[in-house]
Amino acid sequence: MHQKTLVELSAAMQQGRFSSEELTRACLRRISQYDGELNSFITVTEAQALAAAKAADARIKAGTAGPLTGIPFAHKDIFCTRGVKTSCGSRMLDNFIAPYDATVTQKLLEAGAVMVGKTNMDEFAMGSSNETSFYGAVKNPWDETTVPGGSSGGSAAAVAARLVPASTGTDTGGSIRQPAALCGITGVKPTYGRVSRYGMIAFASSLDQGGTFTRTAADAAVMLGAMAGFDSRDSTSVDRPVDDYRSDLNASLQGLKIGLPKEYFGEGLDAGVAAVIEAALEEYRKLGATIIDITLPNTRLSVPTYYVVAPAECSSNLSRFDGVRFGYRASDPKDLEDLYTRSRGEGFGDEVKRRILIGTYALSAGYYDAYYLQAQKVRRLIRDDFLKAFEQVDVIMGPTTPSVAFKLGEKADDPVSMYQSDLYTIAVNLAGLPAMSIPAGFFADLPVGLHIAGNHFAEAKLLNVAHQYQQATDWHTRSPQGFA
Amino acid sequence: MEWETVIGLEIHTQLATASKIFSGASTTYGAEPNTQACAVDLGLPGVLPVLNAEAVRMAAKFGLATNSTVASRSVFDRKNYFYPDLPKGYQISQLALPIVHGGYLDIDLDEGVTKRIGITRAHLEEDAGKSLHGSSQGMTGIDLNRAGTPLLEIVSEPEMRSATEAVAYMRKIHSLVRYLDISDGNMQEGSFRCDANVSVRPRGQAEFGVRAEIKNINSFRFVEQAINLEVERQIMLLESGGTVVQETRLFDSDKHETRPMRSKEEANDYRYFPDPDLLPVEIDDDYIEAVRMSLPELPDARKARFVSEHGLSEYDAGVLTASRELADYFEAVVAVAGGQGKLSANWVMGELSGALNKSDRDIADSPVTAAALGVMLQRIEDGTISGKLAKQVFEAMWNGEGSADEIIEQQGLKQISDSSTIEDIIREVLDNNPKQVEQYRGGQEKLFGFFVGQVMKVTQGKANPKQVNELLRKVLDS
Repeated sequence: MHQKTLVELSAAMQQGRFSSEELTRACLRRISQYDGELNSFITVTEAQALAAAKAADARIKAGTAGPLTGIPFAHKDIFCTRGVKTSCGSRMLDNFIAPYDATVTQKLLEAGAVMVGKTNMDEFAMGSSNETSFYGAVKNPWDETTVPGGSSGGSAAAVAARLVPASTGTDTGGSIRQPAALCGITGVKPTYGRVSRYGMIAFASSLDQGGTFTRTAADAAVMLGAMAGFDSRDSTSVDRPVDDYRSDLNASLQGLKIGLPKEYFGEGLDAGVAAVIEAALEEYRKLGATIIDITLPNTRLSVPTYYVVAPAECSSNLSRFDGVRFGYRASDPKDLEDLYTRSRGEGFGDEVKRRILIGTYALSAGYYDAYYLQAQKVRRLIRDDFLKAFEQVDVIMGPTTPSVAFKLGEKADDPVSMYQSDLYTIAVNLAGLPAMSIPAGFFADLPVGLHIAGNHFAEAKLLNVAHQYQQATDWHTRSPQGFA
Repeated sequence: MEWETVIGLEIHTQLATASKIFSGASTTYGAEPNTQACAVDLGLPGVLPVLNAEAVRMAAKFGLATNSTVASRSVFDRKNYFYPDLPKGYQISQLALPIVHGGYLDIDLDEGVTKRIGITRAHLEEDAGKSLHGSSQGMTGIDLNRAGTPLLEIVSEPEMRSATEAVAYMRKIHSLVRYLDISDGNMQEGSFRCDANVSVRPRGQAEFGVRAEIKNINSFRFVEQAINLEVERQIMLLESGGTVVQETRLFDSDKHETRPMRSKEEANDYRYFPDPDLLPVEIDDDYIEAVRMSLPELPDARKARFVSEHGLSEYDAGVLTASRELADYFEAVVAVAGGQGKLSANWVMGELSGALNKSDRDIADSPVTAAALGVMLQRIEDGTISGKLAKQVFEAMWNGEGSADEIIEQQGLKQISDSSTIEDIIREVLDNNPKQVEQYRGGQEKLFGFFVGQVMKVTQGKANPKQVNELLRKVLDS
């Protein structure tokens, strides 16, 4: 059962071959069996899941089920879930039981999906390796001495290990796509504004987007279809009808124009990864696509721009964590200042503090113009590079990461090196564009991801491009040893 | 040394929207603590602000009523600082691109002089919650009901030159926001708060002196006192060779002094940046026209119309148009009384206002309606009662004893206007006071008043005074 895709599971349940309850129990068993070593879950919601599964079964019987009804999924612990601990991977929210559901949570539950638990993540979504979590690091199922990527490491590992067929993630600078690449699964970050941010604990407001982890693009189409949509509670939500992401999956790629930025194939890219990407591009040529060289001249400015904008916004977004109304509060504070300094000093981990400091500095008097304002201007240039490129090509491809999964602890003391590994994913967040990572092969026995970026609201096209590749290849069907 | 005072006012007025500026929670005053603060107001993880369209409309109304520019594009910025009554750790406000800027108000000073005071800008922002110090066990209670209430912060140019001018400006703004129905202006409840920026400079000097900011003054009287105290303090300081420190000060009405709150130099760096959770507010000409159409007759125009249409003096027109309710009441009285502008004005400003003040009531709670008063004034005009007795009638009406006509009937207050009746009474009075008649005929003209008084006494004040005068003179001179 655990090797079936979401689409296959849905069909099987509709056909009565097994119930959602049986499927959910199977997932819970696997979680219980394997998650001790992987550490991908912070909370497992067994009772709630079984109740939801039973309700789903009733709907399936009554003939009112949708494509997600009865499907177990794991929910990144950054989404508020009513009555369920929502920790954001942080000691600061270790005691926080969300009093409301995020819009995404509501949508998935209304679609009949069965939430089996909340997944581990880098603290407050800040990280690229899931090593900064208060709840400990997550292991990559392909090689448990390596990282699964971050910040949505738990969600990625859970799907890669076939504990669940699907999970949710969030992506601010690559936090869905990079773990998808390192874990050999399909990850989608939609256009900024496509998925509601209400109830999705904010890291960097102008960059954050909720998205999906699945093993196939066809599965992602189902998940994304349920998650996307205008939300009046989110002022940055776009009022635009949601495309039927499944309807275009089978369109032919004949004549597809794929842009390859020359800036992506320079220094820093592992030769082994480059080779896998080249092979993937060859597959696309066979499918009828043309590869066109393009230039995104401001690529080298992406990481510095991001590491000014994101920390600045997060330094403000995290001010609400002050020990006053909810969350961690230091014991016996002697006055207000002590309450603040110790609650935040003890509640936050080092990476979070690092980014708050950077962000505060970038916004401070005398530095705002040189840093934050400047970064926002450069951001526009980066976006314009893409828009110009999309006049020539339909999609833009490249490697998702410069290397395969690195060892746990390898970059923990070198934050800048960690930041620079976001090189290929970060620019699309700055431009608000949709993008995905799909499994394209292996290097040194570890997964390599192919990155596909599209123009604003071109999710249907991306999924089509990914799906056709997945019809012609089988990288996405490979399982890590021990989890097959 | 001759000193000149320079004052600028920052007025925070709470906008009278039903719900908060960025959430749907209620803004009603006086609820149990923390019962009107939803997830968004509490700054819970994951919540997002959504702009209240009515708040924008109200700000636009204010802009149009003060000849300001209503920005076609304005932006919300985050003002970052930590305080327990500020749940998100930042206040959503507007810095570089406020919704309104570049207007003015004309204020009335003594002797019919008006002065134009510039309004630099007005912007939208959210209010913080309340800190109640010393509430329990030496701790501070935080009530977040107020957090998220919409505020319009109105900043004047530093063009006022005395406490009197400052109070006149403040009163004008107060009257205007109530005219526009954008705020109830209730200073006791904190819906209308004033900060005064005060400095002095030697007369003739172009540069401004160092200013101090006196915060959160909540009455017209206190504003006047606080400014005068601060000016005195600064002058004394400068004349004794000291320098004024730029700082925030609080006005203590009991101790009759201002004292420092915190130094502005060490003030927080608020790290303003545009709020990424909110879109810029875009307003087009159609919107502005629609708002313009919805404006009521503004105080200045109404005052001018009272002078021309109702024949009132500038002063009286000014008093009557100070509040929209009073002006409405006055016009309703005039409508019923049949165009008796001056008479109506005298009664509304006199007896009615006196009774309201004495019983500490608002005009909305007047037991005498405008229509009822109008009828009573008609009875004065048509001679049914004298002006003097009307006061008695009014008092009875105030005490709920009935309509003017009912009271006149019950108390038998009808004016005696029949010439022969009055003449008979006059002759009776003269017959009973032969000594005074002789003295009058002997040249003591002042006794005329005595005879009038006697006639009034006999008739219990009901004789028509005009006729008494005429007939008495006729009889005495015959």
